[in-house]
Amino acid sequence: MISVNVKLFAMTRDLVGVGDLNLSLPDQSSTSALMSALLSRYPQLQPWRHHLRIAVNNEYVGDNHLLRNADEVAVIPPVSGG
Amino acid sequence: MIEIINHNIDVACVLKSVEDPSAGGIDVFIGTTRNHAHGRKVLVLEYEAYQPMALHVMNTIAEEARRRWDIRKISIVHRIGRVDIGEASIVIAVSASHRREAFEACRYAIDTLKKEVPIWKKEFFDDGEVWVGPEES
Repeated sequence: MISVNVKLFAMTRDLVGVGDLNLSLPDQSSTSALMSALLSRYPQLQPWRHHLRIAVNNEYVGDNHLLRNADEVAVIPPVSGG
Repeated sequence: MIEIINHNIDVACVLKSVEDPSAGGIDVFIGTTRNHAHGRKVLVLEYEAYQPMALHVMNTIAEEARRRWDIRKISIVHRIGRVDIGEASIVIAVSASHRREAFEACRYAIDTLKKEVPIWKKEFFDDGEVWVGPEES
C-alpha cells in the first residue's frame, strides 16, 4: 500500500470540509485510481469530476501517472488567478 | 521578480525590477478588482493559492516567455488574500529592446497564468459569495 497526502483548495475544499487528507492506495495506483477513491469517499465532488486536474509534487499530471508513497497530490479545481 | 504576496503590490517596484539599459520599452499588465461580475455588484475579492506550485508555474511561464520572445526581463507578482475594488491583484512587467516582443510576451504571460496557475478567487456579493467557476475568469 502507498500513502499519499492530498491537498484540496477553494470550492472542493469547502465541499469536503478539509484542506488536507491522507489516502491509502494499493501499490502502483494511478491518479485515476486516486480520483475514484476520492469521489467514492466524497460523492459531493462528483459534479466537479470533469473540471478537476491533479498535480503531483507541483506538476500537473495525467490520469495514468503512477503515484508513489509520500507523493504530495493536489486536486486543482478550475483556476481563477490573475 | 516572481512573487506571491499578501499585501498591496508596489507597482513602481515591479517596474524597477525589469529596467534594463538595453530595453527600448516596458509593457505592463495590471489586473484589478472590478466592482461587477455577471450583472452583480462585487464587494471584494479574496484570492487563495497553492503557493509552491503557483510559484513554480509562474517561473515556468517566465522561462517560456524568455524562450519564445527576445525580451530582457520579466516580473510577475500576484497578490493573495483580500483585494479591494480597484486594487491590483496581479502585475506583470516585461522589458525588451523592441515594443512588439514586450507586448506579446506580456500578453502570453497573463493569458497563460489565467489558465494554469493554481490560484483561485472568491467573489463576495451583498447576498453571498462564490468561487469563480470554470467558464469565467
